[in-house]
Amino acid sequence: MSEPVGVKTLQINGEEVSARSGQTILEVAREHDIDIPTLCHLEGLSDVGACRLCLVEIKGSNKLLPACVTTVFEGMEVSTHTERLQKHRHMILELLFAERNHVCSVCVANGHCELQSLAQDQGLTHISLPYRNPELTVDASLERFTVDHNRCILCTRCVRVCAEIEGAHVWDVMGRGINSTVITDLNDPWGSSSCTRCGKCVQVCPTGALFDKSKVGSDHPKYPDFLPYLNLMREAR
Amino acid sequence: MPAFTPPPLPSDDKRWKIVNGTMRKNGFARHALIETLHTVQSSFGYLDDDSIRFVARSLRVPLSQAYGVVTFYHYFSLKPPGKHTVTICAGTACYIKGADKLVAAAEKRLGIPQGQTTKDGKISLMTARCVGACSRAPVVLRDGEVMGEVNSEQVLEQLERWAVE
Amino acid sequence: MNIEELEQIAESVRLENAKYDYEVNVCMDLACASQGAGPLRDELVKAAEKSGKKVLVRRTGCMGPCSSGPLVRVDPEETLYHHVHANHAEAIVASLGDGPVPALQCDLNEHFDKQVRVVLENAGYIDPEKIDDYIACDGYKALLTALTEMSPNTVIQQITDSGLRGRGGGGYPTGLKWGTVAKAGGDLKYVICNGDEGDPGAFMDRSVMEGDPHRVIEGMAIAAYAVGASKGYIYVRAEYPVAVARLTAGLRDARRRGLLGNGICGTTFNFDIEIRLGAGAFVCGEETALIASIEGKRGTPKPRPPYPAVSGLWGKPTLINNVETYANIAPIIRKGGKWFANMGSERSKGTKVFALTGKITNTGLVEVPMGIKLREIIEVIGGGVPGGHTFKAVQTGGPSGGCIPAEMFDTPVDYETLAQLGSIMGSGGMIVMDDTSCMVNVARFFIEFCMTESCGKCIPCRAGTAQMFTLLTRICNGGGTLDDLELLEDLCATVKEASLCGLGQTAPNPVLSTLKYFRNEYIEHIVHKRCPAGVCNIEAAVPEVQAEVLA
Repeated sequence: MSEPVGVKTLQINGEEVSARSGQTILEVAREHDIDIPTLCHLEGLSDVGACRLCLVEIKGSNKLLPACVTTVFEGMEVSTHTERLQKHRHMILELLFAERNHVCSVCVANGHCELQSLAQDQGLTHISLPYRNPELTVDASLERFTVDHNRCILCTRCVRVCAEIEGAHVWDVMGRGINSTVITDLNDPWGSSSCTRCGKCVQVCPTGALFDKSKVGSDHPKYPDFLPYLNLMREAR
Repeated sequence: MPAFTPPPLPSDDKRWKIVNGTMRKNGFARHALIETLHTVQSSFGYLDDDSIRFVARSLRVPLSQAYGVVTFYHYFSLKPPGKHTVTICAGTACYIKGADKLVAAAEKRLGIPQGQTTKDGKISLMTARCVGACSRAPVVLRDGEVMGEVNSEQVLEQLERWAVE
Repeated sequence: MNIEELEQIAESVRLENAKYDYEVNVCMDLACASQGAGPLRDELVKAAEKSGKKVLVRRTGCMGPCSSGPLVRVDPEETLYHHVHANHAEAIVASLGDGPVPALQCDLNEHFDKQVRVVLENAGYIDPEKIDDYIACDGYKALLTALTEMSPNTVIQQITDSGLRGRGGGGYPTGLKWGTVAKAGGDLKYVICNGDEGDPGAFMDRSVMEGDPHRVIEGMAIAAYAVGASKGYIYVRAEYPVAVARLTAGLRDARRRGLLGNGICGTTFNFDIEIRLGAGAFVCGEETALIASIEGKRGTPKPRPPYPAVSGLWGKPTLINNVETYANIAPIIRKGGKWFANMGSERSKGTKVFALTGKITNTGLVEVPMGIKLREIIEVIGGGVPGGHTFKAVQTGGPSGGCIPAEMFDTPVDYETLAQLGSIMGSGGMIVMDDTSCMVNVARFFIEFCMTESCGKCIPCRAGTAQMFTLLTRICNGGGTLDDLELLEDLCATVKEASLCGLGQTAPNPVLSTLKYFRNEYIEHIVHKRCPAGVCNIEAAVPEVQAEVLA
């Protein structure tokens, strides 16, 4: 049931926009400078629809749909910032902050953290949920990089970039539910794993979970923008 | 691309041939991972790093992916089971009929939390999500054999019998 | 194999059975087997040999009222004996031809009279390991009729006309689902049978797979013909070793009879089935997670669309139905969609099998027409609550369902009304609770279940269920506040609406339904620090000090 290639007209927040068929709501929204918050999405990687921050409402459907994987159709009416959506986004961010140990003031990613920025954008000032405070490890066994599971939000960008772009698939997720953690190989120390040391995972990590040992404090911006370029160059090859 | 050669069997143990058989039957396809892990567990009783590594390499599945699969499914165990296993069903019907008290009694007697094996390796205390014998709740599996309408005394008696074996 | 040959097999089974004057059927399902049905059967065989009477002792699947097990039914008189043990064997055999053994006779007429058996029509009448027994009960007739006399579209039309809806819980119209897969492009398609009955408190699917495996195989083959699939998978829980063994044997026998494989029944239709073992993950009942698991991966769900009907197993169009759904197919094809649609209520057709358990006299499997009142199931079929206690609620739909209070027992059982009450039909677990059950504790039990079964992929389900569990534990321990209740409701809203798959979207149901009907119990725990049912151990709990930390 392939749709004919063509132009689709739809409404986002009442504004009439046009899109190419097959585009996702998120792509179209960003082309038109409509901001939909995302966390697990990263341009250049496959989408998993897991963080649920990009959920939008579509007229005629009671279900909320993730903008990152939902493709547009003719006459679609999308709302991206209803009260209901904002409430859920707020709660999702609260859930993330309470899940592990996110203390911005002592985090290497302070000031360069996507979770932190999202919380600021959403006006999240305090957490009403009980903090879980799990005791998680920090693995600094690799020469250049460290993984701090206390800061990990399980967005799986590292897993995807390692499998899809680097082609090594050293990262994956072990366990399930609240006990999930990212691992290298058979839950081996990162330093003795089959890691290629390319550092792509560090660049795409949205928080301070994966960081460069040579950088400290606020001197820790990340540069995930190489992905679309890399994909483009590979296609051209 | 050079032809793929599967890794050698980890040892002379004949059980590896059974494991290899499962993989061969599935044409060494990646999707045979769970099937093969089932064979390893039924042959060896549990999965250790060496066996996961062997299966992963043979099926060309990334190590982390294989480990992710093993730890995702609760049926797979990374530790060898005890000589005997008592499994207390923790399904809804059993819970309503007091399975939690059975678990508490067994934990107290064995001095281990559920999911573990006693230090001497004699008894493993497990819980199950539902064994499908709800009409006889609460249900306990004694080395896999279903016992229905069980009370704490019966569980403790059984543990006693195993302990003195 | 053709219809005539099928008739010949059926005839030869009938002739063989006619050699015997009496048939002694022994229920060998899990509940009866755990009470000594195995030795009982051996003794019956011995006693029969010794007596010189012409007696056929047959092992059968579940007869229904497990609480009366081990069960034995003597035919042709249809005398049902309950609580039969090996030492009763001689008395039973001796009585044959002389009237029943009164001490063992059980009166469950009311229990059976209200039931209508479609899915369970053979249960208790055939030996599950004998394909010919199944054939003698019109088995595989529907498949051969479909292959030789019906087009795939006619098959789908019959299913649509029947009004059958998915018995796994969602209640999606089966005919519509089949039609979508049939219309999907591509020459490679799959049919999958979901036998991952992870719902605690439900065992209908186990019983069908163990007691009548060919019914599932036949249903799948008809589905494959209708949608144009050539390969099938049955995904069964590893916790059900007997079901796996019976299905394995069933598949082998069906292949030998030419009912699976290439060119079935002299047509061009090719179809075969493989078994895949689940490994203990409730989330694998979700279609996309189940597919991931068959592909050998972590059972994490994917956003839908694309639906499996369009892009499923290995990206191919895939039909997924559960065991009970497939078990309804052969009778519908045999007797017509209209026949099926005559049973049940306006929008929920046919019958439903329930596993009746908990604080109720007659536990076991029952099959009732849709639309029957909950009260009839519990008071008449179930025989009421034992021990002088009073009913409080019935839980349907497992961890995805809700608790329906006693005041609502006159509700007809169908998909819509159960949903309106805040529960779901689910796969068919029905757990009865009396005044000794604490509803807050029950809600906590289910949330703990969902927390440990959450795959961890999406945030609302992974962290939300964990937070709900923390709050409910606090309330059960007497440390909860009224603010906690509000927070709990907010969490429920987000987990329900924002989670990726059905597990998360329905996880709050047990909490929401108990909050709706039993809010006073929550209040009792929070305000008066007491558990009305006496389940929660409030004294022992240490008051928690909660620190508010700024992020």
